[in-house]
Amino acid sequence: MSKVLVVTSGKGGVGKTTSSAALGAALAQAGKNVVVVDFDVGLRNLDLIMGAERRVVFDLVNVVQGDAKLAQALIRDKRVETLSLLPASQTRDKDALTPEGVERVIDELREKFDWIVCDSPAGIERGATLAMRHADMAVVVTNPEVSSVRDSDRIIGLLDSKTARAEAGETIEKHLLLTRYDATRAARGEMLKVEDVLEILAIPLLGIIPDSEDVLKASNVGCPVTLHNPLSGPARAYAEAARRLLGETIAVTMPVEKKSLMSRWFGRSVA
Amino acid sequence: MALIVVPEPPFEAWLTALDQQMARSAGFFVDRPVVVNLSAMAEADDDPAQVLAALEARDLRIIGVEGVDMAALRGTPWFGATLAAPGREGKPDKFIDLPEAAAPTPPEPPPPEPVRRPSLLINRPVRSGQSIVFEEGDVTVIGPVSSGAEIIAGGSIHIYGTLRGRAVAGLLGGAEARIFCTRLAAELLAIDGLYRTADHWGHGLQGKPVQVWLDDKELRLAALE
Repeated sequence: MSKVLVVTSGKGGVGKTTSSAALGAALAQAGKNVVVVDFDVGLRNLDLIMGAERRVVFDLVNVVQGDAKLAQALIRDKRVETLSLLPASQTRDKDALTPEGVERVIDELREKFDWIVCDSPAGIERGATLAMRHADMAVVVTNPEVSSVRDSDRIIGLLDSKTARAEAGETIEKHLLLTRYDATRAARGEMLKVEDVLEILAIPLLGIIPDSEDVLKASNVGCPVTLHNPLSGPARAYAEAARRLLGETIAVTMPVEKKSLMSRWFGRSVA
Repeated sequence: MALIVVPEPPFEAWLTALDQQMARSAGFFVDRPVVVNLSAMAEADDDPAQVLAALEARDLRIIGVEGVDMAALRGTPWFGATLAAPGREGKPDKFIDLPEAAAPTPPEPPPPEPVRRPSLLINRPVRSGQSIVFEEGDVTVIGPVSSGAEIIAGGSIHIYGTLRGRAVAGLLGGAEARIFCTRLAAELLAIDGLYRTADHWGHGLQGKPVQVWLDDKELRLAALE
């Protein structure tokens, strides 16, 4: 039984695309057949993060509009063979997506893959609503910061009302992925604490991704962080989150500040 | 000018209707001379004297009786009060319409039903951007109301959770409406059109269980201890 997972947030720049790539790769590394679909038509990024930008010929819009077959548009990852990418179009905009076309593509993908990871664009308009439309479950990506939390709250409301499942009276599973978390800054009160975010959003916690330069490094070389540096903090956190998505029960590790007070101060003055 | 009262059979029911009419428009018969026309009662078995007695017991000033054989009234105070004005028969009298008195037995108006106060229960979080509008009555929320969400109620608002968004109560002129929440972190509170933003109540009540009410056009907040 295939699962459609939407990675969404409302707010831009919180790490949806990074998380889609990392979770997709981690699920594929766990042996699942995974496709990551870029719904950010006009502002496509997922191909860059996945290092497939030079292999794009056909895209989601071509398939939705019937100009290309799904098999022509899918790009198989060179590092993990069970991982595929369905890129977005950069030259079109979100209006090029039709509800019927998206439904047809999702149904077709369900036949081929175990997991369909939909990377939602920011916002609450057509692109975002179509990305979440057919989802069975959602990963809500949130930064520990008030505007991101409020936007996530808005998106959760939409997930509960505008998705096909919600309209059919069913529930959609929602998970919180807290990204860019810095334990030191949270302790100093410069960021919201995990419990504050959980209290406001009231959905189960899928994982906490520590704020780390490993994420930026991986993005710049076009490789999901779980593949680029599997032993890094973010990679391990994403891998654990993926195992939780697969139904395993693992306690969430809280990122802790390991440096001593002195070294942190010296570290900061050098940086 | 005299009023002509025409009792009709069945007399008991007619009398009940008259009592209701008198209760509704008290003072209608006060100081007004009344002529009782018993012609409609000719077929009934009621004793004309008792009919007249019943009317007099209701403080009707009977100055004359017509439409009855005067012999039947022999020995009563009304004997001889008959107005046998020749030519009256067949000439229609001018009737004064007693308000609603015409119906012989108007059905008893049902007692006013107690005002029903419907309420709306929401047992899930109200998310940012969601607007719950319930003009008919009270709204109860079990769960938080997020920043950027709003609850708008015709009556009172009860929130068992943190209120971070807006609560607008007493939409339908309900100055009696109140807002209750177990934890105050609201952006805006309003009752009966009077609103205040978070600046107004400062930090003192923040995070506390609070009730909000209207006191002589002044929005008041107090911690629920």
